[in-house]
Amino acid sequence: MTAMVSLLDLTKDFTAGTQSVRAVDGVSLEIERGDIFGVIGYSGAGKSTLVRLINGLETATSGTIVVDDVPITGRTERELRPARARIGFIFQQFNLLGSRTVAGNVAYPLRVARWSKERREARVAELLEFVGLSDKARQYPDQLSGGQKQRVGIARALATSPSLLLADEATSALDPETTHDVLDLLGRVNTELGVTIVIISHEMSVVSYLCNRVAVMDAGRVVEQGDVYDIFSAPQRPVTRRFISTALHDRPSPEVIERLRLRHPGRIVTVGMRDTGGSGTLLTERLRAHGVDGSIVYGGITDIGSRPIGSLTLELVGADTDIDALIASLRARTDVEEHDRGPHDDGPTRARAAR
Amino acid sequence: MNTGGENLWPLLLTAIGQTLQMVVATLVIGGLAGLVLGTLLYTTRPGNLLANRAVYTVLNLLVNIVRPIPFIIFITAVLPLTVQVTGSSYGTRAVVFPMAIMATFATSRIVEQNLVALDPGVIEAARAMGAGPLRIVWTVIVREALAPLILGYTFLFVAITDMSAMAGAVAGGGLGDFAIQYGYQRYNYAAMAITIAVIVVIVQFAQLLGNKLASRVLRR
Repeated sequence: MTAMVSLLDLTKDFTAGTQSVRAVDGVSLEIERGDIFGVIGYSGAGKSTLVRLINGLETATSGTIVVDDVPITGRTERELRPARARIGFIFQQFNLLGSRTVAGNVAYPLRVARWSKERREARVAELLEFVGLSDKARQYPDQLSGGQKQRVGIARALATSPSLLLADEATSALDPETTHDVLDLLGRVNTELGVTIVIISHEMSVVSYLCNRVAVMDAGRVVEQGDVYDIFSAPQRPVTRRFISTALHDRPSPEVIERLRLRHPGRIVTVGMRDTGGSGTLLTERLRAHGVDGSIVYGGITDIGSRPIGSLTLELVGADTDIDALIASLRARTDVEEHDRGPHDDGPTRARAAR
Repeated sequence: MNTGGENLWPLLLTAIGQTLQMVVATLVIGGLAGLVLGTLLYTTRPGNLLANRAVYTVLNLLVNIVRPIPFIIFITAVLPLTVQVTGSSYGTRAVVFPMAIMATFATSRIVEQNLVALDPGVIEAARAMGAGPLRIVWTVIVREALAPLILGYTFLFVAITDMSAMAGAVAGGGLGDFAIQYGYQRYNYAAMAITIAVIVVIVQFAQLLGNKLASRVLRR
């Protein structure tokens, strides 16, 4: 089976007068059927433009896009209309029609697709039931909370049973609790309805919570992409590491290390926790084997795609040679970072992570 | 309110009828044409739904040329055209022609200004759902801006009533004509005062209706 979305060497320039800005720069991506694919990047990285290219809201400067075996590039606005009915789109600001009720909003794409009144009503009822807003059908958008508005947006995007749902910062205008509700709903859209989802976000926590694959964008380019767990456990680029640290909060910053120093005179190391290498069991077992005392002073372990990931920072107390041997043996299985003792100590110089 | 033994009440009633006729005809013709022109101005703007710099520039220039012409001058300037179109140079029917043209241009700006305030996101959403431009104009752009448009048209009603008074100058009849002929030229201040009172009542009523309709659309 072919990919749901294929982007090949996609480029988009915006021109204003004599100024030209390259928003998307040579992006190639394959998004498989059934994926929840995250695209992450800082604002201005080109991710919103990228997602608008996929359904033709923006016209590519060069490159090709194929969605569900239908070419999107090189087509006129009129030719794109039927293709767009097969691609749902949800927005950060919801973009609901304020002059129509919740039911009217969900029915709008069905009117566009010329469904009969009876079929429309049945479909709207079914969709509102799915998103849990059956009791709000007659209300207007300005009577709803942000989370409810996005649920209407999702119901509306799903009305014509699209095979692909594009979500542009769908949770960025929501509070953390509502964000989780909406992400759970998107998860159900994927598992229960079999809809492939592309979600754009600047929050790594959205990606870690929902996605199975991710692409990291920086200055219009995809700098890193792959399985979410792989990217989290072995980020290659600084920009990716920064995003991951915002989602995990597990690695101490230099300021935190300095504060830890005041209370903990021993050697301080951060040990990566992975399902492939480092684990709590491994750590306890090695500490015992090398006769070193270790107390956990910082860190955390999160679950990504039902697999553990994170790091623990420990203060190690024991003979220097034992500690060196312990670190060496841990490094064979996971990454270990030893933090500098500072200028007044004679300890080993900064030892960087092994991976 | 009699002048030289002449009973003016029937004349006043006729004048009210003529004014309403002029205002309603102008509002319908100029209002609809202005809605189309204003929507075109908004949608052909660079970056908008039917972006077309050439069309926008021409329309924008046209509106800017016609709108500043004082209406009293405009009526006389387009007189030959009025005769061509209506077959007459004077009277209520004839004067609706220049009024409708002026109202079209005035409406177009009011419509454009109200549409500019629209959230472009809802238009993008409609495009993403596969809606075509004509459908978007009617079911999204005009419908979403309906409440301010109603208030805009209420404002327009008042402006057209004002315009209709000047129509008296070319024997268009109506309340303006009545006030000048009987109130001003024959020093009948009672006639003048009553005419003003009638106009104030008509305008008040229109404003009340417009406000009611707009708040109903806004559900407030």
